[in-house]
Amino acid sequence: MTPFTYARAEDAADALRLGQANATAYLGGGTNLVDLIRETVAKPSTLVDVTGLSNEIEETESGGLMIGAAVRNTALAERLAVRTRYPVLSRAILAGASAQIRNMATVGGNLLQRTRCTYFYDTDGSRCNKRAPGSGCDAIEGFTRGHAILGASSACVATHPSDMCVALAALDATVHLQGRGGARTLPFTELHRLPGDHPEFDTMLEPGELITAIELPPLSFAANSTYRKVRDRASYAFALVSIAAALEIEDGVIKDVRIALGGVAHKPWRASKAEAALRGGPATEEAFLAAAVAEMADAAPLRDNGFKIALTKRTLVAVLGDLAGAAA
Amino acid sequence: MSILVNGSAVALPDDPRVSLLDLLRERLHLAGTKKGCNQGACGACTVLVDGERIVSCLALAVQYDGRHVTTIEGLADGDALHPLQQAFIDHDGFQCGYCTPGQICSAIGMAAEAKRGVPSHVSADLTADVTLTREELQERMSGNLCRCGAHNGIIDAIRETVAAEMTA
Repeated sequence: MTPFTYARAEDAADALRLGQANATAYLGGGTNLVDLIRETVAKPSTLVDVTGLSNEIEETESGGLMIGAAVRNTALAERLAVRTRYPVLSRAILAGASAQIRNMATVGGNLLQRTRCTYFYDTDGSRCNKRAPGSGCDAIEGFTRGHAILGASSACVATHPSDMCVALAALDATVHLQGRGGARTLPFTELHRLPGDHPEFDTMLEPGELITAIELPPLSFAANSTYRKVRDRASYAFALVSIAAALEIEDGVIKDVRIALGGVAHKPWRASKAEAALRGGPATEEAFLAAAVAEMADAAPLRDNGFKIALTKRTLVAVLGDLAGAAA
Repeated sequence: MSILVNGSAVALPDDPRVSLLDLLRERLHLAGTKKGCNQGACGACTVLVDGERIVSCLALAVQYDGRHVTTIEGLADGDALHPLQQAFIDHDGFQCGYCTPGQICSAIGMAAEAKRGVPSHVSADLTADVTLTREELQERMSGNLCRCGAHNGIIDAIRETVAAEMTA
């Protein structure tokens, strides 16, 4: 590992002060960052430990939940309010990584984990625009079973690896930030970016900016929500495709719906086209399939990942069918 | 700056790059905890921190100031093995033995999670009391790989000891 200094922040203000130096990285549980440093993909000169930030999960005045950035993944998944009011979030977290890693990983860190594209990690043998901007992408013409089918660019076809983030995208969460210019909030779906010409930037965060909390809005029908993950083995693997969805049905008509997709894009993919196709329509398998087809209309497969288009459609139809059955 | 390892206070390393795993093995010579993949994928380095299981290879030791670390060396009571250690012997829960310390520490952490009601990916009902069926144990232990094929013996050993009161 490249040498670095270490400092533990007492609170957000302390972290911001410590985080103003160049090449500073904020350290949560370390489950991704320590590995990236060891593989020399990341070379921070200073690590600011932010596990001392808030680890509280609190009710908001509007009836939602405020989740401190240092809350561990296990703690969020097991909170009864999450299990009952936002089961999609519990299920997404429990579908990710292993129990040991979920015990370590923080909510803030989960949002900022990097892609697991093997070309991104291969510092010795592969070109990667995300790791070394402008160097090229060896993934596009390479082994692309795990890569993006939506929103990719000629510079990068990597996918975002988080399960938790797919649920947060579906739930219309808000990210609370503090930076040099003060505090601000971002809709969760605007935190991560598509690769475009600059895949070295995963998010819209400013240099030194710190995630302090995630806010879940009240969403009563999220009690009828779930997460389904399709992967190459039954446990402890990244998603080929995953679906986070919540469904509200009234008199056989879809009153409201939230859908986000994982494993298909550079960011958690909010399926706005599918949602628009479903709202106000019947809760039938034909309607679910039409919505899935609408969302996949712009999908652009690479050599090895065309199967994800059909897999996404089938999985989405199945998930919506389950939620419609549960709501009936 | 110190951490407690199996009850003894140990100074933290000056170099923040030292992982908790390397502190245990290279500096404290507690070689029971194993280095498998060194990237969080195999679970061989699993230890308990304040009773919670973590992978020590991805943990920077400096982050664990003041915490209580329990390794495989800290489980037996003198010459009396921890019941789960004895059950691993009884059920042939290992062949080469390399994953065993991580499996045992992981299972103890797993049982504590189940007891306080943490659901898993295969739990049909997120709010029900946990019943540790074979399927539940396999999912909850999926962060610990055994490449010898002792997995069924491992699950049997866990079922009859730390999971006994939560099995169906």
